[in-house]
This record gives sequence, C-alpha cells and structure tokens, in this order.
Amino acid sequence: MSISVHMNDKEEDRFPGKHINELPDELFEKVGEDSKQDNEEISRPSKSYWQDAWGRFRKDRLAMIGLCFVLIMAVFAIFGPMFSQYTYDGQDLNNGNQPPSSEHWFGTDKFGRDIFVRTLYGARISLLIGFVAAAINMVIGVIYGGLSGYFGGRVDMILMRIVDIMIGVPDLLYIILVMMFLGNSIQSILIALCLTSWIGTARIVRSQVVTLKHQEYALAARSIGSSNLRILFKHLIPNSIGPIIVTVTFLVPSAIFSEAFLSFLGIGIQVPIASWGTLVNDAIPTIFTQPYQMLFPALAISLTMFSLNFIGDGLRDALDPRLKK
Amino acid sequence: MGRYIIKRIIAGLITMFVLTTVTFFLMHAIPGGPFSPAEERKVPKAVMEKVQEKYGLNDPVHIQYVNYLKNLAQGDFGISFKQTSVTVNELIEQGFPVSAKVGLIAIIVALLVGIPLGITSAIKRGKWADWLSMIIATVGISIPNFVLSVLLLFLFAVVLKILPTFGLTSWQHYILPVTCLAFSPIAYIARLMRSSMLEVMRYDYIRTARAKGVHELQVICKHALKNAIIPIVTYLGPLVAILLTGSFVIERIFSIPGIGRDFVSSISDRDYSVILGMTVFFGAFIVICNIIVDILYAVIDRRIKIDE
Repeated sequence: MSISVHMNDKEEDRFPGKHINELPDELFEKVGEDSKQDNEEISRPSKSYWQDAWGRFRKDRLAMIGLCFVLIMAVFAIFGPMFSQYTYDGQDLNNGNQPPSSEHWFGTDKFGRDIFVRTLYGARISLLIGFVAAAINMVIGVIYGGLSGYFGGRVDMILMRIVDIMIGVPDLLYIILVMMFLGNSIQSILIALCLTSWIGTARIVRSQVVTLKHQEYALAARSIGSSNLRILFKHLIPNSIGPIIVTVTFLVPSAIFSEAFLSFLGIGIQVPIASWGTLVNDAIPTIFTQPYQMLFPALAISLTMFSLNFIGDGLRDALDPRLKK
Repeated sequence: MGRYIIKRIIAGLITMFVLTTVTFFLMHAIPGGPFSPAEERKVPKAVMEKVQEKYGLNDPVHIQYVNYLKNLAQGDFGISFKQTSVTVNELIEQGFPVSAKVGLIAIIVALLVGIPLGITSAIKRGKWADWLSMIIATVGISIPNFVLSVLLLFLFAVVLKILPTFGLTSWQHYILPVTCLAFSPIAYIARLMRSSMLEVMRYDYIRTARAKGVHELQVICKHALKNAIIPIVTYLGPLVAILLTGSFVIERIFSIPGIGRDFVSSISDRDYSVILGMTVFFGAFIVICNIIVDILYAVIDRRIKIDE
C-alpha cells in the first residue's frame, strides 16, 4: 500500500496538481492486447489426421479414378445380377458361343451362359475374397508383428525364425498344397490365402513397433502402470496405422490375383460358379474363334487390379508422406 | 563369412524339412488319395504293385515318411501314380532343361531391358523415358501374368498373325513366352534401378567425378552404376521364385514341355506323388538359389555385416 502511495506522489511530480484518475484518456495507449489476439486467432478449423490424409488422397487423380472404378464395380457386382434376366449358371444350349449383342452384352459361352452376368459374379467373388482375405491377414499380421516387435528378445527371435522358414519357398506352393487338401471352395481359398500373406504386414508392424516402443509416450504409459498389451494395442498400433493400412491395401489385389491364379489352374472356384480366373481359363480353347469370351473377363480383372494398385499408391502418399519418393 | 554360409545352409535345410513334411502329410491326408488302399480307387494294377513295392504302402505312415526322406536324401523324388513307369526324376530330367532355358532367357531379357530402362528414367526424370518406365511398371505389377499371356497371344498370334503360338520349335516360339515371363520382373527391376540410381547420383563421389571433368556417360556407367546395381542382386532371389510360379501359367498357355506344365497337369490329374516330388524339388531349387544370391550379395557389398 505504501508503494502505491509513493507512486502517486511521483505521478504528482510529473503532472503537478493532478491525481492519476484525473489524467485524460488520450494519454493512455492500449498496448499489445488487440494485436496479440489477432496473431493467435485460429482462422481455420483444425484438421485431424484422417481429414489431412483425405485431402492429400483427393488430389491424387489416378487414385480417385481407381476408387470410383472399384466402387462402381462393387455396386454392379452386388446389384447387377438382380436386374439381369440371366443367371450365372443358366444354360441355353441353342444360344452357345454367341458374339456380343443387345441380348447378351458380352456374348455367351459354349453352354449359352451369359458372360456379362458371369463376369459380374466373378467380380463378386474376387472382391469378396480380396477384401476378406486382406482383413484377416491384417488381424493376424498386426498381432504377430506387434507381439514380436514389442516383446523383442527370445520371443522376437523365435517368431521371426518361423517367418524366415515360411518365406523360404514361394507362398503359391503352400497355397496350392492346402487347396488340394481342403478342396475347391471360397472358404478353402480364404484359409489358404491366410497362411502366408500376413507375413508382409507382420514385418511392417514389427519394425514400426520396434521404433515406437522407445518413444516417451510409451514410457509414460508404462510409468502410470498400463499393461503391456494395453500399451501395444492402444498406443503403438494406432500410431503405426498409416503403414498398416498401406500394406493391407496392397494385399487386396494380391489376394484377387492368387484367387484368379488358382481358379486358372483349376484348383480355385468350382464350376459352375464363375470367377475371373476360371472365365479366362475356360476361354483359352476358343481364343481363335471367340476371343471376346476371354477379352471381357481379362479386362475386368486388369482394370480392377490397376484401380486397386492406384488406390494403394494414393493411400501410401496420403497416409505416410515420408515414403513418397 | 564361413559361419554365415553355414547358418544360411542350416536355415535352408530346416525350410526344406518343414516343406517336405507338410507336403508329405497333406498329400497322405487327402481322402481317397493314391496312398489309400487299392480297392477304394481305380488305380491300374501295375502301378499299384510298383507303388507298394517301392514304398511299402502297407507300412504305417510314419515309417513311409522316414523311407521317403531316406529316398529323398539319395535324390529319389518318387514315382507317378497316374502314368505307369514314369518317375518324378524322369519328369524333372526331361522338363527342367526346357524350363531352365526359357527362365534363363527371361532373366537375361529382364536385366537387359529393366536396368537401362531404370537408369534412363532416373536420369531423364519426368521426361518421356520416365513415363514409359512408369507405365511398364504399373502394367507389369497390375496385370496378372496369365491375363497378359492370353492378351498377347490373342494380339500377336490371332489378330496380327506374326508369331507362332504353341511349342518351342524355333526362335520365334520363344518371343511370346519370354516376354510374358519377363514382363513383371522388368517392371520391378526398372523401378528398383530408378530409385537406387536417384539415390546414388546424390553422393559426393559423383560430384567429384563430374568436377574432374569425367564424361557424363562415364560417370553414370562406371561410377554410379557400380553402387546402384547392388539392390538388383537382392531381387534375383525373389525373381527366381516369380519365374518359377510364372512358368506354371506360361508353359500351360504356350504348351511348353517344361516342369511347370507337368506340375500343373499333375495338379489337375490329382497325381499326388508327382505333386509331392515336384513341390520338394521346387522348394529345394528356390532355397538353393536364395542361398547363392545371399552369399553373392554379401561378397559384392562389403558394407553388409553378415555376421549379425
């Protein structure tokens, strides 16, 4: 209190005869307050990781075309056969080997089956197998790689040696053997595809977890008593979600390829169900006389593979910009 | 170095052992397979006698398994159950040289096209050569080999009628199968070469060479290439595996009498003993190739600590 009195005395020295309250307002100047607010004002809404990634992905023209193509393909695959008067196994022996026409858009095969509907059914099977196999492989890969990377040491060594032994031979050999054993069906293809395809995901997740587990937030989580599994699945895995999604996206086309390959070799989907692989395979004997029978399924599978690879590239650039070359 | 090689060989042997065991028991567990008693299946009597004489099929499975391993160790891959008096060894002896020839040409073509393509696209970044290599890379990675073979067969043999379609009787017969087999390796090699070249070109010794006044072509071919080519060596291992599985399709489509076609027909014939023998052979082949490539890699690139 005494200081303020003293101050008042001083003010009285500079403006004799006047109390501070009697000074005119013009002499005062507001400093800082307004300009500070201007600087710090957030003019745009903040973007989450996903919004940011979507913004980058949207600018990738090829990836967007691919996404549209796959979505259209999926809609056609799901609803297309409902609106057609033909079924995938309906034979019409009087109309065998017809060229494309307004009746049969893609023509008919030697049994008079409509190739347009069969190609759409092939899309159903291929997309189903592609996405389900990728999802299962992601789960296995994340758990396997996560445990291996997080616990390290002996666990890591054993798990990685198992992986080394499995990738010693091409996975198609294992897949062919398991298909021989399980027989031709969608379920056995899915089981066969899940035998080895998770290895790539597991390796990515492992390397991510190995680098992330020494970060401060992992230490902080441990110091407040979080369990190992909680740290791994609540902190480390969500932080490596970008690379995981990118790897899994590339699993979809590779699963579609494997299914088509197996069906092409005659150990995939069983007749009369149509798959792109069996359609191309069935069309080989008639390639000289009815080439369109092979052309449409071949185009369908190529365009889908293109689209999925473009989507994968776009996602890699969007989710994991560090990987961009 | 010696320790590393021994380690790799032991790992390879374990891989082979696992593959053989899995294949053996899977093939024996298939219901109604050729290993089940004769009355359940219509196997020619002569074959059945030969099989029983050869394997002692009345023995319990684990003894058959031990016997199979013993035969394998002596290089005997077993006999066919479908074709009388044909052994898997004979199939391999007839088919392997054919497949190996096509495969080897494909490797050479892939390297001769892929490496220059990758280098050009790295140097002419953003120019048409870069675009061309990107298009080839995308097509090679996206289009499945059987679709590509059928499309090329259609284009060159049916529409243009300039190339023969089936068999391997003249050099023109090699063009289509080798192109189909080498296409996706070219794509991978070009991409790999491009990115490794771009990295190497940033190094100081490249700048030094340029500053000395070395001709640009010599900088690229002599100085940069030596280091940039190392990643390609690592790709040779997977490349052999890709060509092997690729041969299943290509030999079938182009009617090439190689082991890939024999393997596929043994699958459609359900000739389990041939599948078993061929799988073991393919596995051993791939494992040996991988070991050679790994050692080669360690020899070429001294920076790699192989003892870890």
